[in-house]
Amino acid sequence: MSDREVRSPEERARRLIMASIDGELSGGERGELERLLDEHPALRVEWARFQRVKEVTEAMALRPAPEEVWSDYWASVYSRLERGIGWILFSLGAIVLLSYGAWTGVRELIADATMPWFMKVSLLALTVGTVVLLVSVVREKAFVGRRQRYKDVER
Amino acid sequence: MEIALVEQSEASERALVQRARAGDRRAFGELVTRYMRRAYYAALGLVGSHEDALDLSQEAFARAYRARANLDPDLPFYGYLYQIVRRLCFNFLRDSRTRRVRMEEATPWLMNQAGAKAAATDPARSAERSELCALVQAAIERLPEREREVLVLKEFEGLRYREIAELLGIPIGTVMSRLYTARRNLAAELEGVL
Repeated sequence: MSDREVRSPEERARRLIMASIDGELSGGERGELERLLDEHPALRVEWARFQRVKEVTEAMALRPAPEEVWSDYWASVYSRLERGIGWILFSLGAIVLLSYGAWTGVRELIADATMPWFMKVSLLALTVGTVVLLVSVVREKAFVGRRQRYKDVER
Repeated sequence: MEIALVEQSEASERALVQRARAGDRRAFGELVTRYMRRAYYAALGLVGSHEDALDLSQEAFARAYRARANLDPDLPFYGYLYQIVRRLCFNFLRDSRTRRVRMEEATPWLMNQAGAKAAATDPARSAERSELCALVQAAIERLPEREREVLVLKEFEGLRYREIAELLGIPIGTVMSRLYTARRNLAAELEGVL
């Protein structure tokens, strides 16, 4: 039980109890724990309780997966890798085509002399708004996310 | 002899990681085959469902490959992979939709190792053990994720404190404290059957 800086005697006792039931006590620590258990009967009760918990969990095991899972495992991972590339290409193609279609449509509508002016302004606002939102999302994903200092801090 | 084997295995893993880092999918496939069981069971212990553990562990490998530029051949590959597995699992558990589905369909992911033998000789004792197993499983599922993780690594993966500390990047003392709290909570939950 090395590298175990302890802040309080209670914490020391808890760690000795854990190490004891997990079979990770050194010779010196075994003596220290025995002394503590002799001096504090409540600790001995706690130690026995943890020992019973250990016995119960020790008798359990994770349920094994069906054998066929392993033969298909790599193939499934490989499909995911391919699908990832597929989605990137699909998204790029869709963005270019949709943008071109939208641009062509808007250009024709604006050039249409029969269309009221407020419709043209609304269309322009809609187009500019969409572009701003799209650029903002892409910038956040590609730039801000990478520089986010606390993105790996887990709650 | 054992040390030589470990060194040989480390050297071969380093070579595989280097090749995978360069985009060699076959080398990455070998790493997947080497660690798929460990990744799956790590995820199973955290999320408690076969399908989800399979999906999350496979997704972890896919993400590890996509971010292969971050792979360090001098560090154990599993340590890198495990960080992805646990993050995916924790996010999965925190997802409110997941919580709803999990409450509706609890599946057994733990088993009593002596259960099969007992079933043949003593059905009553076997039923008792199955009941205890279900209670332990439910109690573990109610543990906070960090405590559950340390307990699973210790009890079901059989890692030593030092190995858990290295894998999680935390001091050994923290491993022991989390284990203490986890077991204290389990003891309280299993009060009637201990």
